[in-house]
Amino acid sequence: MTDKDMLFDYLLRLGDNSLILGQRLAEWCGHAPMLEEDLALTNIGLDLLGQARMFLSYAGEVEGNGRDEDRLAYFRDTKDWRNLLLLEQPNGDFAMTMARQFFFDSFQYLQFEALSNSTDERLAGIAAKSLKETTYHRRHSTDWIIRLGDGTDESHERMQRAIEALWGYLPEMFDMDAVDEAMVVDGIGADVAALRPEWDEYVNGVLTEATLTRPEDSWSVRGSREGKHSEHLGYILAEMQFLPRAYPDAKW
Amino acid sequence: MGVVDREFEKLEAAFQAKVEAEQRIEPKDWMPEKYRQTLIRQMSQHAHSEVVGMLPEGNWLTRAPSLKRKAILMAKIQDEGGHGLYLYSATETLGISRDQMFDQLHSGKAKYSSIFNYPTLNWADIGAIGWLVDGAAITNQIALCRCSYGPYARAMIRICKEESFHQRQGYEIMMTMAQGTEEQRDMAQDALNRWWWPTLMMFGPNDSNSAHSAQSMQWKIKRQSNDELRQKFVDATVPQAEFLNLRIPDDQLKWNEDRGHYDFGEIDWEEFRNVVKGNGLCNRERLQARVDAHEGGRWVREAALAHARKQEARKAAAAA
Amino acid sequence: MSKNNKGELPLYEVFIRSKNGLDHKHVGSLHAADAEMALMAARDVYTRRGEGVSIWVVKSTDIVASSPEDRGSFYDPADDKLYRHPTFFELPDEVGHL
Repeated sequence: MTDKDMLFDYLLRLGDNSLILGQRLAEWCGHAPMLEEDLALTNIGLDLLGQARMFLSYAGEVEGNGRDEDRLAYFRDTKDWRNLLLLEQPNGDFAMTMARQFFFDSFQYLQFEALSNSTDERLAGIAAKSLKETTYHRRHSTDWIIRLGDGTDESHERMQRAIEALWGYLPEMFDMDAVDEAMVVDGIGADVAALRPEWDEYVNGVLTEATLTRPEDSWSVRGSREGKHSEHLGYILAEMQFLPRAYPDAKW
Repeated sequence: MGVVDREFEKLEAAFQAKVEAEQRIEPKDWMPEKYRQTLIRQMSQHAHSEVVGMLPEGNWLTRAPSLKRKAILMAKIQDEGGHGLYLYSATETLGISRDQMFDQLHSGKAKYSSIFNYPTLNWADIGAIGWLVDGAAITNQIALCRCSYGPYARAMIRICKEESFHQRQGYEIMMTMAQGTEEQRDMAQDALNRWWWPTLMMFGPNDSNSAHSAQSMQWKIKRQSNDELRQKFVDATVPQAEFLNLRIPDDQLKWNEDRGHYDFGEIDWEEFRNVVKGNGLCNRERLQARVDAHEGGRWVREAALAHARKQEARKAAAAA
Repeated sequence: MSKNNKGELPLYEVFIRSKNGLDHKHVGSLHAADAEMALMAARDVYTRRGEGVSIWVVKSTDIVASSPEDRGSFYDPADDKLYRHPTFFELPDEVGHL
């Protein structure tokens, strides 16, 4: 892999994460537990979509093969997607959606903080803008973890179940492969493994306040960095990519 | 005539004089009970329409054909949720809670605009909704910015300001489709064919058959008649369709030099009544989706309340 | 107000300062379980187009309002106190701006 290939792959990871989670949040549109929350979820979805477009556009430029954000979003099959397995998991109930959001937001907050110091100015700029958005996202999902964990028996139970169901997808966030290592050496990327202690501290604090029990680290799954996904991603793409794939000559 | 009656007549006359003088009525001002009830009906119906209206467009959000279109559509649907919220908020100043309004919607007692009981079948429908449905809505809403009830008028001003981009994005989608591939052109024409008549129905029954019109005009909670607004919409829209080179599905549509307006065919009022009655293609699904969201979200709202109470109790205990 | 709104989240009124130098202005209301939730929701609902730099939320039940019947006694007495308005005083032009 050349430096260029690695930067391309790295940017895809960032873009795909935001896009797939944004796509999942779009499924809530019109169905949230209250109108106010419908607006909150679409706000977060819009932020994520905006981030995805910036990362993917940049990725396309780095690659230099004339692929723009849409070419990358609509004409790649599952094995070429780099989003974390966590983010393609189904919405489930509101507790599941918020747990997924919380784990990722608290990771993304630290990652964007690190990336806003990237030696790659364009990347640093996108990260600095995204950090502001993520600060709000994290506050929103943190509030909900506490509210649902420390709410009623039912909400507590649902939230505990959600964090247990997602727990094994979390270690993947902190994996470092050759691309990550190279990006760190160049001062471009974030050392995500090093973010773990701070992430743990924040998450543990919130879980405690929410009266939730941190699950045992008894299982973990991974594979997204090599394009090995869960079955869910195929359906997300089938839906998302339908029009441009069905009418490849059309402009929209 | 008793003192009470005379007092009531005086209040009512003063109220009507205020309305005539284009002064706004505010929540705590005296108002005839029927005025209040009519407003609650009209405003909650308007709010429900915004919220149910999120569903047909939401149907294409996960399938929008470019990331830019997806972002625009998400922002637009979000606006509709916001507009529903502004309107519920304004209606609550009349002494009804949002949950009560939801109950009325879910039980079928309250209506919402029938247009949202039609399905969105291809991407051009998103264009047609923006261009036609939002266009019709704006025609109605601009008139309501001068409505006599202050909170309603203010909500409408805010909504009209925000909605100006909705119609433009819809027309832009139609333009792109109409100038696109043959398949896209077909989609655009198909969308216009299916949305044209239901859009004209949005203005309600003909003036001669409109049950509430006269009183509502007198109270200035309706500023122009159904037929006037419908004509205005047709006159504005026909040239836009011509520009797209799309055919409006009405053989009787033609310019009338004498009237200075377009003549157009008769709406199929049987279909209108049928959809209003609940027998449109999507009535059941749309309503069920709203019931599911509300009922399915109950545990979330209960949890939020329970947590807030616990926090209050902790604060009180700490202060003690 | 309502008989069957048990379980409905309380109503909050929202006030927004559109830019520094201006007063907060009432823009509407929303439902939330607590102040933090109300503040976050107000941001999502009422500042989608960057309409604000500062938000106040107040529980609707905490607002004390004058009633229309007070209008006479509250505001009419000010009507004959024209000297409170600067245009009441006529000064020669030579004095300049005052």
